[in-house]
Amino acid sequence: MTRVVQFRIYRYDPDKDQKPYMQDISVELEPTDKKLLQALVRLKAKDDSLSFRRSCREGVCGSDAMNINGKNGLACLTDIDSLTQPIVLRPLPGLPVIRDLIVDMTQFFKQYHSITPYLINDDPPPERERLQTPEEREELNGVYECILCACCSTSCPSFWWNPDKFVGPAGLLNAYRFIADTRDTATSQRLDDLNDPYRLFRCHTIMNCVDVCPKHLNPTKAIGKIKELMVSRAV
Amino acid sequence: MKVAKHTFDAVIVGAGGAGLRAALQLAEAGLRTAVLTKVFPTRSHTVAAQGGVAASLGNSTPDHWHWHMYDTVKGSDWLGDQDAIEFMCRKANEVVIELEHFGMPFDRTDEGKIYQRPFGGHSMNYGEAPVMRSCAAADRTGHAMLHALYQRNVRARTHFFVEWMALDLIRDSQGHVLGVTALELETGEVAIFHAKATIFATGGAGRIYHSSTNAFINTGDGLGMAARAGIPLEDMEFWQFHPTGVAGAGVLITEGVRGEGGILRNCNGERFMERYAPNLKDLASRDVVARAMVTEINEGRGCGPNKDYVLLDITHLSPEIIMKRLPGIREISIQFAGVDPIKEPIPVVPTCHYMMGGIPTNYKGQVVMPQDGDPNAPVPGFYAAGECACASVHGANRLGTNSLLDLLVFGKASAETAVADIKSGNLTLRELPKDAAEPSLARLARLENQKEGEPVADVLLELQRTMQKHAGVFRFKDMLEEGVQKILEVEERVRRTAIRDHSKVWNTARMEALELENLIEVAKATMISAAARKESRGAHVRDDCPDTPEFPNGRNDKEWLKHTLWFRDGNRLVYKPVNLKPLNPDTQPIALAKRTY
Repeated sequence: MTRVVQFRIYRYDPDKDQKPYMQDISVELEPTDKKLLQALVRLKAKDDSLSFRRSCREGVCGSDAMNINGKNGLACLTDIDSLTQPIVLRPLPGLPVIRDLIVDMTQFFKQYHSITPYLINDDPPPERERLQTPEEREELNGVYECILCACCSTSCPSFWWNPDKFVGPAGLLNAYRFIADTRDTATSQRLDDLNDPYRLFRCHTIMNCVDVCPKHLNPTKAIGKIKELMVSRAV
Repeated sequence: MKVAKHTFDAVIVGAGGAGLRAALQLAEAGLRTAVLTKVFPTRSHTVAAQGGVAASLGNSTPDHWHWHMYDTVKGSDWLGDQDAIEFMCRKANEVVIELEHFGMPFDRTDEGKIYQRPFGGHSMNYGEAPVMRSCAAADRTGHAMLHALYQRNVRARTHFFVEWMALDLIRDSQGHVLGVTALELETGEVAIFHAKATIFATGGAGRIYHSSTNAFINTGDGLGMAARAGIPLEDMEFWQFHPTGVAGAGVLITEGVRGEGGILRNCNGERFMERYAPNLKDLASRDVVARAMVTEINEGRGCGPNKDYVLLDITHLSPEIIMKRLPGIREISIQFAGVDPIKEPIPVVPTCHYMMGGIPTNYKGQVVMPQDGDPNAPVPGFYAAGECACASVHGANRLGTNSLLDLLVFGKASAETAVADIKSGNLTLRELPKDAAEPSLARLARLENQKEGEPVADVLLELQRTMQKHAGVFRFKDMLEEGVQKILEVEERVRRTAIRDHSKVWNTARMEALELENLIEVAKATMISAAARKESRGAHVRDDCPDTPEFPNGRNDKEWLKHTLWFRDGNRLVYKPVNLKPLNPDTQPIALAKRTY
């Protein structure tokens, strides 16, 4: 039984196209093709100009984030059969498009880099590991697993309006990852840095980020915890 | 085409674990360093490592670096160089503790120390019983490690060139390495990166096989570049087939599952590893387990409608342990096998996973090749680390968790050597040959002008199918010889590929065509080296070299205790001795013995 899937894909090659357009295209799949990325690879064999990023194909590298039938997700973790056709694919919203499904992620990474995304501890390191109880380590679960795919930040209206000023859900989740780490000694500087009408407080708990995270993480909860820490610090 | 030129003290190609660890060392030394990477650093394939990194910390069971050395030499089926293995095992604690200080979120023991789990082939007291040596962050150790290393590089202000694909190694007439040419994916521009030291950390090439745990990006770019520049590739016949890839999908299921108590079962529900490895059972070395699985399937005891896989069972573990120690595996099983491992066993098959061979180096990370009678003469200005390199610590078969250790130890060592060579004035910025970019520009021009030709995807598929069929878990004399002919035919086709996309901007068709030119070098090296090695050792097992009293396990130390070196030019094979002497004169060497688990 042949299995043909219909697509509508955002296409734009600045080298030849005046403006972007939607391409209607279909592809025949093999029975073993289960994930959207596999269908895209088959499409690319048909039309090698179709451009998208991909690498691990198992949801851990974060390369193949895109807007799938109106919702951000990873192509490699999305079941083809769960999607209504034609499957509409667009680049992640809110970031400049370089070509087809490839966006310029500079602004996204700039915000990630702005939260001092590394452990700060100026005490001389001990000879062995810094100790941390299993319970303290537990605090990092649900936070450290972020793969920087940008599904969350590019589904957030606050990030769309202020990508230069609002850190966005991914950056804030990572900020909390270091705040929550008992080995990090810079909590108060981290809170000072985020105590800003834009950097943190543009989050209006719309929760699109939670809805789309392919790793089932909860940036809104992390943002809430940062806000709580600010309040408890103030009193 | 206009070619820009950038000058640095050092250029690193690749930003996975090895490249990032090397970059830190160079940044600390204050050297001007460029890191070129095809993908954003945290998208490198180190991110997919799951089970852990080996170090004899002894946090939960007694351990010693010399036990680790013994396990690694035995695991390598004595093909590993004992100086490099000693170096790696002795350095393990240092590099893992450093990583913890960098912020790596390891799991913890009740005492607050780094959590360690058992892993295949790792043992206490020279093979007595399993040891807890694998330092883990749940089943996401590679992800946790790669992000921690990237974060540390943000702190060190490392200069990254993200989404640049290196094209060719630049060597001058005296053989010195002077840097690389590279293509910026976003613009299609070519540039020369001219440097005193060049470090390759380009990772693996598992995409030469049709069924692989490897990412799309693992196309052996560093090996292709080295081979085209006249540098040999070492021990390329040795490829690891990981016992537990998800059947049909190829996605990796960590050996840590068996470390936590998982059991392999055949269609009768039998724990068949008890027959093949009475002592370590499911935690025997990967080559041993993979062969046992294929034997079960070949003898009709596979599972499923086609009896073509076996089952990995953890249903006897508590859901809490699975959720705490193996949460990623549960997700992968649900996503790619359609089963929840809390309730049902996971269908698995041996899947291409790791390249034991690579660019020959010594334990300092210097690339070496035969010259003037010295089989290991350093190539000035050239270093390599991680999966693309062959130090050789894995020999004929790598132990799980030794790859993450390899990239930390040799990523650091290669950079330390480069720093010393630069600071001592041994390495200077040598004059670039006038035609330094010519080979790369010619490759690009060929693709640009090729009007008639085969699609890249078709030739790639043929390459992968040929490797899968002719150089798999079990190898056969006739199939290997036929495989050599077939892969040389594929090479002819690689030269005639054509792409339809000629855009300058983010041209992935061009990138894939260039990657195929690297894959074919790796495939030729593998097939030709495998056809020539007439013994069974580690991951290379042939039907015409069975287990006999004269040759236990089919291994022939008299004739084949030696490293293969494949040269691209004329597909020439040269051999060099294995170093059976440890680094330190006081260290007890691991004497040759038959390998049983």
